[in-house]
Amino acid sequence: MEHFIGIINYIVFFAITAGTYGVLSLGLNIQWGYTGLINFGIAGFYAVGAYTSALLSGPLPSAWDLRTFGGFELPFIVGLLGAAVVSGLLALLIGTLTLRLKADYLAIATIGIAETIRLILKNESWLTNSVWGLKGIPSPLYNPIQHGIGAFLKGHPNLPLWLHDLIFKGYDWFYLLLILAVLALLYFIIERIIRSPWGRVLKAVREDEVATEMSGKSTFKFKMQSLVLGAMIMGIGGSLYAHYARFVSPLSFRPLYGTFIIWVMLILGGSGNNKGAILGGFIVWGLWAGTDFLTVYLPFSATQSAALRVVAIGALLILVLLFRPQGLLSEEKRVSTILKE
Amino acid sequence: MDILAGIPQLIVYGIISGSILALGGVGLSLTYSILGFANFAHGDLMALGAYIALGLLALFGGLGVLNNPIGPLSFGLGLVLAFLIALVLTAIAAILIDKMIYKPLRRSGPVIVMISSIGVAIALRNILLFFWGPQPWYYIEKIQISMKVPWLLGVRIKPDELFIIATAITLVILLHLFLTRTRMGKAMRATADNMELARVTGINTERVILWTWGIGALLAAAGGILAGIENKFITPELGWQMLLSIFAAVILGGIGSPYGAIVGGMVIGLSEEISTAFISTGYKPAVAFAIMIIMLLVKPTGLFGEKS
Repeated sequence: MEHFIGIINYIVFFAITAGTYGVLSLGLNIQWGYTGLINFGIAGFYAVGAYTSALLSGPLPSAWDLRTFGGFELPFIVGLLGAAVVSGLLALLIGTLTLRLKADYLAIATIGIAETIRLILKNESWLTNSVWGLKGIPSPLYNPIQHGIGAFLKGHPNLPLWLHDLIFKGYDWFYLLLILAVLALLYFIIERIIRSPWGRVLKAVREDEVATEMSGKSTFKFKMQSLVLGAMIMGIGGSLYAHYARFVSPLSFRPLYGTFIIWVMLILGGSGNNKGAILGGFIVWGLWAGTDFLTVYLPFSATQSAALRVVAIGALLILVLLFRPQGLLSEEKRVSTILKE
Repeated sequence: MDILAGIPQLIVYGIISGSILALGGVGLSLTYSILGFANFAHGDLMALGAYIALGLLALFGGLGVLNNPIGPLSFGLGLVLAFLIALVLTAIAAILIDKMIYKPLRRSGPVIVMISSIGVAIALRNILLFFWGPQPWYYIEKIQISMKVPWLLGVRIKPDELFIIATAITLVILLHLFLTRTRMGKAMRATADNMELARVTGINTERVILWTWGIGALLAAAGGILAGIENKFITPELGWQMLLSIFAAVILGGIGSPYGAIVGGMVIGLSEEISTAFISTGYKPAVAFAIMIIMLLVKPTGLFGEKS
């Protein structure tokens, strides 16, 4: 039974991570899935969201910190919204520079901005504490919940060990619910706006930019709004990550975990389908985490096994593009809410 | 004035890294203009070439003759041989990748091919990581003393670095002769201008694509190996570290202009090195990006690009 509880606790932890990736994947779905914008710098928006939230909600610098700025100890919700705003502003800047140019330039520029942000995180230690990162980011309602759990366990000393272990990890259940609530909220908002006239213009931009421009729509404006909205959601993803991990450092936002894997999630799940975007997050993170357990059976070192898994993820992306380009859940082609076909 | 005193030396470093970036940039520019997509795996082709050369060098290790240094250089004939064979093998690898992945995806459009190239990039990098690990591998263990050039403001340069510059110049001249004097070179330029038109005039565009990959990868491998000689070692991150600079070189020179990419590579190499006199070296990789953004704002077609 104890072993079983360990597995359940792991699954909760897994679902929190996968859910965070689901948020990032939803953000990318607005940009790439609905508008056809290529953002290869998700890690940049993700990192900016995480760091903004950490600085807004986190503690003052401690004596052994390099940083001298930040730590405003504001509530979680301020951090979350601040993360969305700052990520959105960053997208506004990049969009202004590149959205009037060919699509490829956005792809290249976003890689550049993500790398530049990583350099800033490493070098501007007054703000980011350099490679040591920001510590002590508070998890929302952590103290009251842990306190309640502690009091409950004290009051019931005769609980079986497995139940004790399950309740002990109660905070993770709360955070999972929080993530699922954010996912559900974002899902319904995005579904709603994509079905609006605004959402239809985004799809028109994706299908044929010139024709959209000819119909009197400023494609630049719509692309900008899509880029900013997607980036804001990525910022929220960063905030959710920071408040759970309670620690952020430049290492968390390397291109592999910060950008590439999210592309695989969306492409596999189904570009242009919000259910697909979330599903992709869970499946790809499931494959990634699941193969970690298999590697003990392989005669390779830990580095080699990890490399092999990344090669497999790269191959997965290519195989999906080759054999099922629409992903697992393909986009609903819906012309009208009245006409069913 | 102390800052300025170091500039001539930084210019020398800039020319060396510019030569390497130029080789990477030319290949990227060729594939970009002929295949019509930004190949994000180009940096990793450079790394692949560097590791193939490393493998061959290890293979030659038993043959002492090949390790005897040539003249003032710190490496022997073995590295030169490994260099040449690695160019051919990398070209073959690029053609195989095209046949297996990019060619079937071409009908889905250039954007999909571009996304797939990110998958190729990450797979290639991790294949290198799998076989060689994350630690640096050394081409040359020997430390070379740099020579002082009194008539050139007293800058210091190593014989190996002269070899790098000379090799890059030779390859660029060969490429120029290929593009202007051979039938295939002319066909490549025609295809880059307008693929439909080229096809109508009877050019076998599939063959052109094959040659484009071959030559692009060959130059990429050369750049990767020369980077290995300059740094003395290579890691699987080599390609990723150079990617942004190569793209900046191509955009600066104008997409589709191989000569532009050479100039772009030089400008980026020089700017990156000279910037270290003024700003923290930690931001060196961002310099290429900043120049690229300025170019996109001022003249998005690049220095030598045509108006589209």
